[in-house]
Amino acid sequence: MSEIKLPQDFVSYPEARKQAFMKLKALKESGRRVVGTFCTYTPQELVDAADATPVSLCAIGEDNIPPAEKVLPKNLCPLIKASFGGAVTDRCPFFYFSDMVLAETTCDGKKKMYEYLGKIKHTHVMQLPPGQFGEGALAFWKSEVEALRKDLEQFYGITISDEKIAEAIKLRNRERKAILNYYKVGALKPSPLSGYELNTIITSNEYAFDIEKKIEFLEKRTAELTEKYHKEYEGKPSRPRVLISGCPTHGVIDKVIKRIEELGADVVGFENCCGPREKADLVDETKDPITAIAEKYLRINCSVMSPNPGRLETLGNMIDEYKADGVIEVVLMACHTFAAETSTVKDFVTKEKGIPFLSITTDYSTTDQGQIDTRLGAFIELMS
Amino acid sequence: MKYNIGIDIGSTCAKTVVLDGDKNILHRLLQPTGWSSVETAEAIHDKLTELGVDWNDAAVVATGYGRISVPYADKCVTEITCHGKGACHIFGSEDITVIDIGGQDTKLICVEDGMVKDFIMNDKCSAGTGRFLEIMANTLSVKLDELCELASHGGGVSISSMCTVFAESEVISLIGRGEQKQNIAFGVVDSIVKKVATQAGRLHLAGTKVCLTGGLCDFEYVCRQLSAALKSQVLTHPDGRYAGAIGAALSAASIKK
Repeated sequence: MSEIKLPQDFVSYPEARKQAFMKLKALKESGRRVVGTFCTYTPQELVDAADATPVSLCAIGEDNIPPAEKVLPKNLCPLIKASFGGAVTDRCPFFYFSDMVLAETTCDGKKKMYEYLGKIKHTHVMQLPPGQFGEGALAFWKSEVEALRKDLEQFYGITISDEKIAEAIKLRNRERKAILNYYKVGALKPSPLSGYELNTIITSNEYAFDIEKKIEFLEKRTAELTEKYHKEYEGKPSRPRVLISGCPTHGVIDKVIKRIEELGADVVGFENCCGPREKADLVDETKDPITAIAEKYLRINCSVMSPNPGRLETLGNMIDEYKADGVIEVVLMACHTFAAETSTVKDFVTKEKGIPFLSITTDYSTTDQGQIDTRLGAFIELMS
Repeated sequence: MKYNIGIDIGSTCAKTVVLDGDKNILHRLLQPTGWSSVETAEAIHDKLTELGVDWNDAAVVATGYGRISVPYADKCVTEITCHGKGACHIFGSEDITVIDIGGQDTKLICVEDGMVKDFIMNDKCSAGTGRFLEIMANTLSVKLDELCELASHGGGVSISSMCTVFAESEVISLIGRGEQKQNIAFGVVDSIVKKVATQAGRLHLAGTKVCLTGGLCDFEYVCRQLSAALKSQVLTHPDGRYAGAIGAALSAASIKK
């Protein structure tokens, strides 16, 4: 095996980034395959079955944006730009150590960005149908899942058996349940954990390498927090409870999620891909594994699907289950599909569920912190 | 006597209102915010002392974008809540839609039963704000009141750019083309009115009173154009620009010391 090298300017990297690089380097040196992924549409079970570890390439960080804008337009979602910028500059350890990239044609911005990524590294793009219900949508998506299996086999020179996939499905379902139970701690009133922790732990790549360990960690944390609730929180008054909806929030965690909590409300849950959007729905373990995987992933309620009625259904259930006093929707700048759904979601939340709704459009910069604080502050004042 | 003091430090002007225990206005102060909100807050403190405010029996609520720069404030409340409260008080209605065209942002606030129900603010952009009008007035070498006066005699020009910087170059090219000043002024005010009307459409203005607060409420022409665009009589009041400060002072009244 050839020597695994670090990027040339590695010494200049900040400490956290250095650590992530070293961890990934160690993983690679152990002989583990690494596949870089983006969305929740990625059938992780197939990656697992190829004895590879999927790592998320959805990047954050304002510093990743200028290098991306050398190629991509300015008026594009910050997540897409940061992911591309982190990849081309060797700043993203996950991209750097990925053998290949596995992506899906989710939104227009992402799929066009993948064309550029494909010039750097082998990039397999799964074609998603534009809607969940169209005739032939499922059959088409299933053929894409099969194509992914073939490509993984060819790329790594391996064979992926049905048994191996079925095994991966069982493990991932257990992981889903563990994540979901951890999220449900947020449904306790008053909530014994911060939304900041919720968002950080789930999106953290740190635990993703060993799923068994991750399950163990989450089960332990869930038990700790539940105990903490009964000892310290039960029966106490609650601050206003906020449910987050919309775009992924890991890139704006400090400027939005943390600020909501500093300004006087509790973030209790996430109806976005940083939350249980995909986790609440298991892969059917009784069916042929490829069919079961295709069905499960096509059910995901992302705004890239048209129509997307599942989002409202899930949002309604979560408002009830998490006892939300208000919904704050976070839309990343230039995310057209979520921005276009805002009006529908606002009507649903305010008229059908009868609680206040705020939509915030922002990016990864810090220049609008003042305006964001005013909006969040006013929203919390009106819930109080 | 208890002094309930509301200080609204906006991006352009700082507004201060002192209410007595019966919600009567004792003092109004208006000054430019300048480059330092902290210094402005100190200047306000000095002035209030001169006016005889007894600080041992005073409650202070700060609002506006400089609200965190008032060290002697007992509490900070956002300008959304304060404008809503202040407008209800000024216009004597518990159900009202407030349009506040401020220096750096424009807010639309829906109030029901005296409580803010919903609001919209413009995003990260000065189009449709007081700053937009100031910049355009500057480009046309007129004062803000002259711009409105000119606009009332003009027509036929529309500014299509939604961005202040691009709109300014549009205005410059209109000047270069020899377009009459009054027509350009009309286009400038018209663009701000249209922008606000679009935002209002998103807030579902339904049959409630609509009022205009903030620095532009003194300009009768703006108000008339807004009324026409919203198809609803837009109310103004001489204390309109103090709405945020009045709301803050009303919040101060509920602080127990």
